[in-house]
Amino acid sequence: MVNRHVVGAHYGLRDWLVQRVTAVIMLAYTIGVLAFILLANGASFEAWQTLFACTWVKVVTTVTLFALLWHAWVGVRDIWMDYIKPVGLRLTMHVLTLLWLAGSLVYMVKVVWGV
Amino acid sequence: MTTQTVKFRIYRYDPDKDAKPYMQDISVEVDPSTERKLLDALVKLKVVDESLSFRRSCREGVCGSDAMNINGKNGLACITDLASLKQPIEVRPLPGLPVVRDLIVDMTQFFKQYHSIKPYVINNSPAPDRERLQSQEDRKELDGLYECILCACCSTSCPSFWWNPDKFVGPAGLLAAYRFIADTRDEATSERLDDLEDPYRLFRCHSIMNCVDVCPKELNPTKAIGKIKDLMVKRIS
Repeated sequence: MVNRHVVGAHYGLRDWLVQRVTAVIMLAYTIGVLAFILLANGASFEAWQTLFACTWVKVVTTVTLFALLWHAWVGVRDIWMDYIKPVGLRLTMHVLTLLWLAGSLVYMVKVVWGV
Repeated sequence: MTTQTVKFRIYRYDPDKDAKPYMQDISVEVDPSTERKLLDALVKLKVVDESLSFRRSCREGVCGSDAMNINGKNGLACITDLASLKQPIEVRPLPGLPVVRDLIVDMTQFFKQYHSIKPYVINNSPAPDRERLQSQEDRKELDGLYECILCACCSTSCPSFWWNPDKFVGPAGLLAAYRFIADTRDEATSERLDDLEDPYRLFRCHSIMNCVDVCPKELNPTKAIGKIKDLMVKRIS
């Protein structure tokens, strides 16, 4: 294979946009949780259990966790792209990151929907 | 004439003689009434040590030749006040580019990126009898873009350019890219956006804003990069 610098992957905008949209979702969720803690006396275990027993809370939480993982994927992949130059090693790190995030997603869903 | 001593710590490296770079402590006498800029002192310093090498030309902040790292911040020696600098003044070549000798860097990679954005108006429509005209409002869009002197202070202060100088266009190149995207006489906007729609070429910019901090012409590459991204979003939504 010839050794040439190749650019033009055409996915920069999508990931840039994804990072911003997922950040807004996480911010909205964080504000919601903080409001619950401050306004609804949400510090007790019973209050948390009641809250997370609602299906819509589970749905919103799952969407937020999915946003978190997608956000993390773009950020971590950017780090590998910046600092790991050998293509084979970089691709390996990408795959390992995806596996780790997929595992985290399964575990998160189990925890949230197991309440 | 009252003279004043200016102390320097200067990066020295002559690949023909030195095994590795070193910092040289040296001082020079200047007349503060006439020699007020860093470049004045460096020119004087060359009389003390003629082997010291640096680029300079216009000595008034227009040509961009004497960009260097001054006390840790990129800037032009010719418009930097000596009085504003803490001594000893530590002078190094622009970071991130290969050193040719002393304060002279090889700017090939920087200009490669600049040329990659096709820095000229592309218009294949038949030329009018006289020049292609713009309204005053359209012309105003180019303010803050066309003034770039390509000194490379911005790109060489950008960590994203340090890590990927061969793939990331860099703030100077992207400012120039937006200068032609914003130009109403240019007809290649879509092609220009296509060319930059890449995780490396444009999207290595993480809005660190070192470029804005160091630009000797007080331009704002980060704002121009943001406008390119806005246009890309507008294009898909």
